[in-house]
Amino acid sequence: MTETSTIAPTALTSPTSPIAPKRPTGRPATRWTLRLTAVGYVLALVALPVLTVGRRTFAHGLGPVLESLQNPDLISAARLGVVVALISVVINTVFGVGISFLLVRYRFPGRRLLNAVIDLPISISPVVVGIALILVYGRNGWFGGWLEGRGVQIIFATPALVLATVIVALPLVVREVIPVLEEAGTDQDQAAQSLGANARQRFLRITLPTIRWALAYGVVLSLARSLGEFGAVRVVSGSVPGQSQTPTLFVNDNYQEFGPVAEQAAFTAAFALMVVSVVFIIVIAWLRPKETN
Amino acid sequence: MSAQVLEAAPPRRRPRPVSAGRLSAASGLGLGVSLLWLSLIVLLPIAAIVTTSFESGPTAFWHTVTSTEALGTVRLTVAAALLATVFNAVFGTLIAWVLVRDTFRGKRFIEVIIDIPFALPTIVAGLVLISLYGPQSPFGIDLVGTRRGVFLALLFVTLPFVVRSVQPVLIEMERDVEEAAASLGANGFTTFRRIILPTITPAILAGAALAFARALGEYGSVILISANLIGKTEVSSSFVLKKIEEGDAVAAAGVATLLLMVAVVVLVILDSLQRVAARRD
Amino acid sequence: MEARTTINRRRALGLAAAALTASLGLAACGGSAAGTVGSSASSSTSLDLVGFAVIKSAYDELGTAFAATEAGKGVTLKGSYGASGAQSRAVIAGQKADIVAFSLTPDLDNVAKAGLVDPAWNAGPNKGIVSRSVVVIAVRKGNPKGIKGWADLVKPGVGIVTADPGTSGSAKWNLLAAYSQALGATKDEAAAKTYLGAFVKNVVSWNDSGRTATDAFTKGTGDALISYENEAIAARAAGVELDYIVPESTLLIENPGAVTKTAPAQAAAFLSFVTSTDGQKILGSKGFRPIDGAITVTDVKGANDPAKPFPAIATLTTVADLGGWSAVNKTFFDKDAGLVTLLRK
Repeated sequence: MTETSTIAPTALTSPTSPIAPKRPTGRPATRWTLRLTAVGYVLALVALPVLTVGRRTFAHGLGPVLESLQNPDLISAARLGVVVALISVVINTVFGVGISFLLVRYRFPGRRLLNAVIDLPISISPVVVGIALILVYGRNGWFGGWLEGRGVQIIFATPALVLATVIVALPLVVREVIPVLEEAGTDQDQAAQSLGANARQRFLRITLPTIRWALAYGVVLSLARSLGEFGAVRVVSGSVPGQSQTPTLFVNDNYQEFGPVAEQAAFTAAFALMVVSVVFIIVIAWLRPKETN
Repeated sequence: MSAQVLEAAPPRRRPRPVSAGRLSAASGLGLGVSLLWLSLIVLLPIAAIVTTSFESGPTAFWHTVTSTEALGTVRLTVAAALLATVFNAVFGTLIAWVLVRDTFRGKRFIEVIIDIPFALPTIVAGLVLISLYGPQSPFGIDLVGTRRGVFLALLFVTLPFVVRSVQPVLIEMERDVEEAAASLGANGFTTFRRIILPTITPAILAGAALAFARALGEYGSVILISANLIGKTEVSSSFVLKKIEEGDAVAAAGVATLLLMVAVVVLVILDSLQRVAARRD
Repeated sequence: MEARTTINRRRALGLAAAALTASLGLAACGGSAAGTVGSSASSSTSLDLVGFAVIKSAYDELGTAFAATEAGKGVTLKGSYGASGAQSRAVIAGQKADIVAFSLTPDLDNVAKAGLVDPAWNAGPNKGIVSRSVVVIAVRKGNPKGIKGWADLVKPGVGIVTADPGTSGSAKWNLLAAYSQALGATKDEAAAKTYLGAFVKNVVSWNDSGRTATDAFTKGTGDALISYENEAIAARAAGVELDYIVPESTLLIENPGAVTKTAPAQAAAFLSFVTSTDGQKILGSKGFRPIDGAITVTDVKGANDPAKPFPAIATLTTVADLGGWSAVNKTFFDKDAGLVTLLRK
């Protein structure tokens, strides 16, 4: 039986309809009521606040916004955010593909448990993720002292940021790749094997091309998630501007500072992050693997 | 906890049986490495949380999580999360229906907007919410420090889950049964209730499970509008953070464990409801 | 149809890949650019400051001024700011610090006890204190509720905003000030306890730090904010609309600062700068009371009277008057049996 999990990944997609002609159902009155309610709800709940924050960001015109964008702390934060996100995405992709492969192609004891464990990060509050990291990797935690003795600092340094974002984005690649691997089956693989291709060749030439769109999709989802993480990094980072302050921490710290400059900085950074998120949504919608016949 | 969606409508293409490959040396090593990785990343941290919460003994754990403040946060968080989930289960289904079965100008625009609460960093969502519902709101609404504000924040972030989980199922649905029912005289509502709803119920429940889990642990989007008023708008994630900053790791871990347990219980319930619903089809 | 979608998807993937490479390139370039800008003729040193919540703007300016001096050439100050208690625990838990500047002495003592700061940090003539202030009451502009002093705070319907003593230094100063002013000339402990109880009852918002407390107040919570005098001044200087009252009887706030054992030499030089006349004048301009009474500061933006920013206090209590920090921490703020803990139950 297919063990698909509709978790976050499918929650970020506008799935494509089949090519059958669309015939709106129901009487016009019902149709219009439903349509207006749905659209009204979405507009009121989402579009309205988004527009308001846009208005607030540009309340004093374009000048202050451009000036805020040149804030050296914001630039450092953006750089840090991108680096951390990229590292964590690479890690999650490598392990994600490997784990997907193992889960689909092999049977071993504890397979179902492994499957469940992968989904755990979704159910955990990001703040709790941060605390868990401190308890394990903090100086007084399980491993922290040992690591620090060898000169490795995790909490309050970049490794903690990477770890935190790896955890929260963990399931995203796996949950995209597994269904595709399952659908694809092993016929091609077995044929190649009988023709003498070794495991590496089979993986590179057959498996990877099969999963490439699902993988790309998962990668972009992970990137978006990693860049936008706040709760976990709030707990494990010292939030030093120019050093360990991510873009989300920048928004938070500046929002709490006094004065119009800080407020503008907070809103500009928030608006920029929002624009980046929308770009991600559009890219993801484009990449969404279509239902193939 | 994997929320499983059993495809209620006959799938277009049966998935191939999983090849019952047994582990070779190479894949065994790969498995070992993956297990080690997952342990370091997921299992150990969770184990640390649970262990720390019982560090001072089970009575201390109980005492912590039943303290007035802790309980208050849990009650508020669970109630607000449940309410937001139910709301968005209903509206989410409605929206999915309109998106799949209706065509109108600007539908693509709505599709993009729906994903925004999920794609936004949580603190940005918090700022977005407070600019509309906070002291400088253009409409003069001020919900800072109110439970309504907390509810609205959770409503915002959980919007996409049920929509996106129901949509694929609606798309896949074969319309012939509905059309047969219509030709036999069933009105729209009856058709919906007796034919469509049973089909999409597992998907609704799956989406609701995700929404609830998300709302339960939400921090960034709630923290600004809640103003953290103890006994009134303090949510559990904020309480946990406060305890850690106070140096009280045991209390923080305790409430975190409690939240985990609540999440597991609800997910198990929803999972079994899903199985029941899917079996009935 | 299929071909077109494949091309679209390819384009999207290409776009995404390009964006990723661009950001990576930017990150790399930005990194090297910052490197060249940072290093001047001499090698640049970076000092990590871990400080309490309300001092960022003041220490930013101190850092810039120090870098302009001979001793501070090429030094950049990087600061992490947050609730004093939480910051102190963070340093003990491993957060890198060259200089620590906390709200109250016990927070620094804990860091010294953990072996990170020389135990003789407060042996100097200033006892390690780098800045001073007093506890004040801030109200909404125009003082709509007519709050004139401590007595008005415990009237029914008055919402007090403060920080939480579990994490914040500001909170402890506030609560001790509330208690000590009620002691009166007769040192009536019972009356002080009663007052503190009424005070705690009127608190509507306990916040993570002195700064988040101010933030909560400015965003609409409560009627009165209890905070540092320098925080009220800084807020007003930044354009926040509030008024503040310097009560006749209040508590002297003394903030300690020290260098850590692993800090470079410039850290000690910076600390000397902070306690020097120039440093104190800068702090004064930001609303802090100079540690040397002889230093006068005029023209403090945001003060009630910028020309005479620090009015004399009729009855100024110190923590020493209350028995010293060890006793006070235990009596008032002990997690299980402290007076404040019990009053909050």
